[in-house]
Amino acid sequence: MTVAVEPNSFKTGPDERGYFGIYGGRFVAETLMPLILELQQAYDDAKADPAFKAELQALSTYYAGRPSKLYFAEGLTNHLGGARIFFKREDLNHTGSHKINNCLGQILLAKRMGKTRIIAETGAGQHGVASATVSARFGLPCVVYMGATDVERQAPNVFRMKLLGATVNPVTAGNGTLKDAMNEALRDWVSNVEDTYYLIGTAAGPHPYPEMVRDFQSVIGIEARAQMLEQEGRLPDMIIAAVGGGSNAIGLFHPFLDDKDVEIVGVEAGGHGIAVENGHAASMTGGRPGVLHGNRTYLLQDADGQILEGHSVSAGLDYPGVGPEHSWLRDTGRVQYVPIVDQEAIDAFQVCTRVEGIIPALESAHAIAQAIRVAPSMAKDKIIVINLSGRGDKDVHTVGKLLGMDI
Amino acid sequence: MTETRIDRRFAALKAEGRPALVTFMTAGDPDPATTLALLKALPGAGADVIELGMPFSDPMADGPAIQAAGLRALKGGQTLVKTLDLVREFRQFDDATPIVLMGYYNPIYSHGSEAFVAEAKAAGVDGLIIVDLPPEADDELCIPALEAGLNFIRLATPTTDDKRLPAVLENTSGFVYYVSINGITGSAAPDASRVAESVARIKRHTHLPVAVGFGVRTAEQAAAIGANADGVVVGSAIVSAIAASLDSEGRATAATIPAVLALVSELSGGVRASRKSVAA
Ligand SMILES: Cc1ncc(COP(=O)(O)O)c(C=O)c1O
Repeated sequence: MTVAVEPNSFKTGPDERGYFGIYGGRFVAETLMPLILELQQAYDDAKADPAFKAELQALSTYYAGRPSKLYFAEGLTNHLGGARIFFKREDLNHTGSHKINNCLGQILLAKRMGKTRIIAETGAGQHGVASATVSARFGLPCVVYMGATDVERQAPNVFRMKLLGATVNPVTAGNGTLKDAMNEALRDWVSNVEDTYYLIGTAAGPHPYPEMVRDFQSVIGIEARAQMLEQEGRLPDMIIAAVGGGSNAIGLFHPFLDDKDVEIVGVEAGGHGIAVENGHAASMTGGRPGVLHGNRTYLLQDADGQILEGHSVSAGLDYPGVGPEHSWLRDTGRVQYVPIVDQEAIDAFQVCTRVEGIIPALESAHAIAQAIRVAPSMAKDKIIVINLSGRGDKDVHTVGKLLGMDI
Repeated sequence: MTETRIDRRFAALKAEGRPALVTFMTAGDPDPATTLALLKALPGAGADVIELGMPFSDPMADGPAIQAAGLRALKGGQTLVKTLDLVREFRQFDDATPIVLMGYYNPIYSHGSEAFVAEAKAAGVDGLIIVDLPPEADDELCIPALEAGLNFIRLATPTTDDKRLPAVLENTSGFVYYVSINGITGSAAPDASRVAESVARIKRHTHLPVAVGFGVRTAEQAAAIGANADGVVVGSAIVSAIAASLDSEGRATAATIPAVLALVSELSGGVRASRKSVAA
């Protein structure tokens, strides 16, 4: 599917009904509809309020540690022998990933709205940890829904959430991964409409979540763009990010969308390979448009429109959908989306660890793997920026197991 | 729009002076033959309107009982097309009992909305309830359904305030489904007096019949809710009766159909007694 006319700007979406082209929208049960409209109003008010901006800014600086550094990855650059590679160091944020950016914004919104209970879904546990963290900081009870499979493969994060005072509810429905956790969080929200704020962790869900999460994560791209101009005096040639639901990717991409000379690449989880049915989580490379979790977007689904579980070695990419803005950017051709299989990601994880002394999250390792593919054949004066969306401490268990080490 | 079986049924029951018993089960739970046998027997046991669930992998508004029913059906290979086949077969035996398909949008979107409404109408479907299509998305399916002569039945909930109700009711036809609680299917029973107030509130905005569902499990509850509503919907209790009758491998047994019919007869007694109990 390709849109014939190229828009003047790629930054104008969504429209007032929450659509990016045909993607997005508000496909929710009637019980939630008034809540979503209320949330949109609250978000619009907050955006226009300088006090909200100031409070978020202060928390980002002193609590989360922003701005995150744009680091010249000399070890990896030399190792690959081509384009110069920079890491946007979201792994250095408080709680160890980009997820905190969105959580700080949304918890301030929840507070403004007078909500007294936070719920969240999580896959890798990074969003669960970030949600539990901001809930602890603001003294609100937090319930995190997490697929039972993910509870097992991300045990360290489960413990962190519990230490932070959150209740972790394992979800056994389906395959026990992220989509099932999101279903359960939506069921909770429908049942607790008065006091509960649903803190969605990625740029998906019904409008206004995709827009709101993008706005809170855009700090990544805004900083990276300014840092690149300051450090190198020019824009990068290529920017790369891993795409699960798409929040770290849209956060990096959005501020660059109208920079025509910057090539933008989103990396989906290729799992066991795109040819393996239900063996990957690359919704845009291996799926087709459908409606799930409140929005129209590319989905992994069977011929009858039943959603497939998908697979990725990385719990944070193991989601059958993707944020609607990515679906639109895919169709317009502005962003190129490619799959990276499990093995390439695991290899990249090890390479980065060895040559940079940085253990990346398995999600981020997918983005690094794409750079490993393309950088060697690019000229040495070219520049690639990779979004290092998180640190990999949470994944050492998984990788250890795969490498046959008993830890 | 021309009169549908739903319109005729509610008009007839109004004349009779009692609310409708609306029963829900999932198509293909645990197999299509059992669903067809139940469809044929339900009207005789007292079901006035039949809601047939179209199973979906991600039923976000459903509780554990209906989730499990959907999984059983999908495991048995149920699809959208097979659900329409069931309705078509049922129509050879019964041309009066309204059939409402209930489900989520993606399987329909995947099939194509225009094709779906045409095929559903031809199969003998009377109405649709699609949980994740609010009025804001009317052009997706509601308008094509109305044009094809199908009723589009909207859910109204406790969160639907007076300001929003007109928008919710605008393209609704057949009946209004009042979801009596903020919650998922199979949640705790609603308080009958609060439900009565809410039904009265909705009736100030529409002449359509109002059926009430979510949380009704027993004949007593059906009687109490039915005293002030035009219909009482029972879902999770019926689906749970199916679940309890299955063998250890999830297959239907000789007990499956009698168990469901016994429950429906009881519930039917409840709705038939509802106006009397008020008068008494
Ligand atoms: C470090 C990290 N990167 C990326 C992701 C994928 O999410 P998103 O695509 O929303 O950035 C996750 C999700 O858990 C994550 O923890």
